[in-house]
Amino acid sequence: MLALIIEKLVLIVIVVMASLVIAMYATYGERKIAAILQDRRGPNRAGPFGILQPLADGLKLFFKEEIIPDFSSKFLFILGPSLAMLTAIMTSAIVPWGDKVHLFNRDISLQIADVNVGILYVFAVVSMGVYGIMIGSWASNNKFSLMGGLRAASQIISYELAMGISIIALLMVTGTLSLKEMVLQQQAGYWNIVYQPVGFLLFLICAFAECNRAPFDLAEAESELIGGYHTEYSSMKLGFYLFSEYINMFISSVIMSTLFFGGYDIPFVNEANYDQNWIALFGVLALMAKVVCFIFFFMWVRWTIPRFRYDQLMNLGWKILIPISLFNMLVTGAIILLKENNWHF
Amino acid sequence: MSITEILFWGLSVLALFSAVMVVASKSPVHSILYLIVVFFAISGHYILLNAQFLAIVNIIVYAGAIMVLFLFVVMLMNLNAESEPKKHRMLQFAGLISGGCLFLVLIAAISESAQASNLVQMGGGNNGLIKNLGMVLFKDYVLPFEISSVLFLSAMIGAVVIGKKER
Repeated sequence: MLALIIEKLVLIVIVVMASLVIAMYATYGERKIAAILQDRRGPNRAGPFGILQPLADGLKLFFKEEIIPDFSSKFLFILGPSLAMLTAIMTSAIVPWGDKVHLFNRDISLQIADVNVGILYVFAVVSMGVYGIMIGSWASNNKFSLMGGLRAASQIISYELAMGISIIALLMVTGTLSLKEMVLQQQAGYWNIVYQPVGFLLFLICAFAECNRAPFDLAEAESELIGGYHTEYSSMKLGFYLFSEYINMFISSVIMSTLFFGGYDIPFVNEANYDQNWIALFGVLALMAKVVCFIFFFMWVRWTIPRFRYDQLMNLGWKILIPISLFNMLVTGAIILLKENNWHF
Repeated sequence: MSITEILFWGLSVLALFSAVMVVASKSPVHSILYLIVVFFAISGHYILLNAQFLAIVNIIVYAGAIMVLFLFVVMLMNLNAESEPKKHRMLQFAGLISGGCLFLVLIAAISESAQASNLVQMGGGNNGLIKNLGMVLFKDYVLPFEISSVLFLSAMIGAVVIGKKER
């Protein structure tokens, strides 16, 4: 029992630390990629190739003056960014980061908790993410903040629907809600992207909207709303908001890799033939490689596609994505039914 | 006390305290935030009853979607204590009495029921797991399930009709 608790605690600390470090270097990556796409050099002063830039940014945020506006609810003003950060990190608890490792005569699973409602837990946490933005924006007592917060909330609620329906089609194929089970299935057969290409595309678009990333970053459209929901924030509370966006991006990349691209499965390798610990290590690396590709894609899109108008955003969500996802679910169901009937009508 | 018991009492205290605060707090936004805490505590109870699916769906639907809409409306209308219309003292009494009557009826109904002796079966039973729940919903109770979904559909159409601008 004690060993289990220690094992899980160590795993939690490692996962949280890793998410934070990856999110930190995602900010560096974003600035570098933006620079490359715009034919500039990007950050190159702090350390070789500007590699220490995220540390410098973090320090700067820490030393900025902390301002809490008058007439705002102080408790809620602090609760906002804390909630945003909390919900961003909480999702990592159920992700299977790798296969079992054999250490100290124990089989250690590289997953903090294998919940049997796995993917629904992700949805619950994602839908909680709105509160961080809404509470913070309301507590700022500023109309631009409030507008940004309301935009974020309505956007996230609208895209959650299409996302949920696209996931239902996936669940019909896999027959399980547990992320670990899904990865095991994909290790044995083909990756889920083969069965659900439309579902993946829908999920990808909705993930952009859920993370408030360009081209759906209406909540912080600086040309209309100054800074959006974090206009009144300064110092590390602002840092939390900015940072939680990068953690969200990291986690949604992980979820996409796990659901559709085999998770920690190494392509074209039969895992049973090799040593358990080595294959677990390379599995984690394979997952990370997939995640880095997704994060790059997120950034590539941000610096390529201009921002949507708000009515275009809502039309896309309600009039295009939801009908397509419903249709996708219907077709998937029909094919499964046909298959069970041995292709007889 | 076992861990389950400690959790049970902790969650119950949290749920009751927040439920009281929903009514007692002055600002509508605070009321809604307390209501969200109530939903979380209730989800915790579901997990203790081994009904993970119900717990998660409770969070997704009630805490995640419906409460966001509540918060939305309250924030947009900018309700606060000053702008709230003063209610007549008699109305408050009437509300108190009718609410109290409902409370009495509920308590009577629960104490009379056969389940009263074993209200809480912690960690026992697999009824709440998603597979069993699906079997029950789509085999034994298909008709009520479908009828309630038609009810939802009609509510949705009603909202669209009301929301549509008159030509």
